[in-house]
Amino acid sequence: MYILIIAIHILMILIMKTITKKQSWNSYQKEIANDNLYYARSCIRQNFFPASEHMFLHILQKELGKNVFDDPNHTTCTGIGYHADVVLFDTIQTVIARHFALMTEAGLEHMAISCVTSFGLYTEVLHTWEHYPEQLEKIRDFLYKATKKEFNLPKSIAHTSDVIYSLRDEIAQKAQHTLINKHTGKPLRAVEHIGCHYAKMFPSKGVGGAEFPQVLAGMIESWGGEVVDYPERRHCCGFGFRNYLVQANRGYSMSNSKKKFESMEVYKPDFILTNCPGCSMFMDKWQYTIAEIDGKTYDSYGKGIPVLTYEELTGLVLGYNPWDLGLQMHQVQSESLLDKMGISYDPHLKYTDKHGNQLPKPVSPLHLTQT
Amino acid sequence: MNYLEELEQDIRFTEGLKACLQCGVCSAICPAAEFYNYDPRIIVITVQEKNNQRIEDLLKSEAIWYCGQCMSCKTRCPRGNTPGFIIQALRTLSQKHGFFTQSEKGRQQYAIKKTVGENILNKGYCIHPDLMEAEAHPEQGPIWDWIVKNKEAVYDKFNGNLDKEGAGTLRKIHKKNLDELAQIFEITGTGDFYNIIEQESKKQAEAMNIQFDASKKNDYFTHVYTYNSNTHSDDSHNENNY
Repeated sequence: MYILIIAIHILMILIMKTITKKQSWNSYQKEIANDNLYYARSCIRQNFFPASEHMFLHILQKELGKNVFDDPNHTTCTGIGYHADVVLFDTIQTVIARHFALMTEAGLEHMAISCVTSFGLYTEVLHTWEHYPEQLEKIRDFLYKATKKEFNLPKSIAHTSDVIYSLRDEIAQKAQHTLINKHTGKPLRAVEHIGCHYAKMFPSKGVGGAEFPQVLAGMIESWGGEVVDYPERRHCCGFGFRNYLVQANRGYSMSNSKKKFESMEVYKPDFILTNCPGCSMFMDKWQYTIAEIDGKTYDSYGKGIPVLTYEELTGLVLGYNPWDLGLQMHQVQSESLLDKMGISYDPHLKYTDKHGNQLPKPVSPLHLTQT
Repeated sequence: MNYLEELEQDIRFTEGLKACLQCGVCSAICPAAEFYNYDPRIIVITVQEKNNQRIEDLLKSEAIWYCGQCMSCKTRCPRGNTPGFIIQALRTLSQKHGFFTQSEKGRQQYAIKKTVGENILNKGYCIHPDLMEAEAHPEQGPIWDWIVKNKEAVYDKFNGNLDKEGAGTLRKIHKKNLDELAQIFEITGTGDFYNIIEQESKKQAEAMNIQFDASKKNDYFTHVYTYNSNTHSDDSHNENNY
């Protein structure tokens, strides 16, 4: 009898824990508009992953028939300057207000934002205006004085990964490749990195919140892969704004990435999937730098762990040519992943222009194998 | 000068500081605290004490420049404080009063203004391939050098629109849009803020006897961009126990 009471007690605790976790997850669901979107581009993604922004627009517009407006009048949100403390808060609020005015002029009500830093700032600005309505009026006045523009607040804002997440099952139905290792038949093992400003500041605005973010995990699982949990999964990639922008400070940035690489290494991930364009770039480039400094790579073959943006992964799943997705713009090469996914590619077309003409090949690093 | 009153004019400060119980969770989670001699808990207790001299010392210190603004502290604080917001307010005030030039890390604001700050107004982007020189970014590896040397062909391959009119990746930002950005900067105060950074840096360059001019390629820029005393992980910059 005594054992039965203990067993029932343990069972009830387990049920309560499950309910609590489910409730916690439910509270971090959000409405994600995935049609009639105003597209806000990212400075970093345009520089380092231009094919990713193109692929996002192409997949939504051409594959899925959605309306997304790519506005030539959109500019930087100034977020890197703001978080490096040379741009004032009133200024970035007014620049974001200008973007809302452009959205309003386009007759749209929902924004899809390509940059996690921008997404965090748009969220912070809307939160500020909600709690300080006088601040909203001040910014309306600033914007009108500067540009004669007026604006409506967006009905919703989403990071572009949220949009892909919301369409993940539709994408799975069109998949040409899955995240299954063709050699072993087992799911590919992915570590995902959400980026601090996606949900750490305003957890309710990220899918799954800050503790159980699902935005990338949901894509990986829907497309057949396995998400690897590891101790430093939530740690910053190390961008740190001024800690990267100023050369003297870059040890901070690399040290934080190194901490993550060391933590994930023992789990032998097949690839890293990133949300934030800055994180994508740093987790790629700091692997190169660490290899150059001490010869260390975090895989078993001296190649490094491939780092993909979610647009690149979506493109691979949908069967696009890897060299049209811009994978050759990374310093850590992705052929090991392509081989595991069973994706064929022509190495001679890797460094060619749009018309197939050969470009000079990049110099090979000393330690990071480039095939 | 009452620095606390000035800080309280900044929404980020009032949003960031409720009442800190000094539990230290922010310091435990902080990436900067792991690699620098830095403790966000001490920053919060210093401003919470409301001692004007201590706050002035803070505004002149190295300590306020270590935070990477990841904002992990916002997620974790059980009392709803955000040391990262307090840091933002302190950095703005430090620059408004010209105190930033009194610390090695603070002086770096000049390099940020000359790069990202001016890129925004000149190009409409925080960063741009034309402005990210390979020699200043060895960590970008040979692939960045390849991208920059073949930029027209590389961006064109990925449906870019590099420096051309119209929509698309890295399109040329039209003058009317750059003019609107410039007007916003003037009306909202960042124009004047840039001037303070420039003027105070010039004064500091003279005090340090380092060549300075309006270009980006002056010796003072190179100094603040590259110099690291390598003393930021020990106590030598932390005599006030920040």
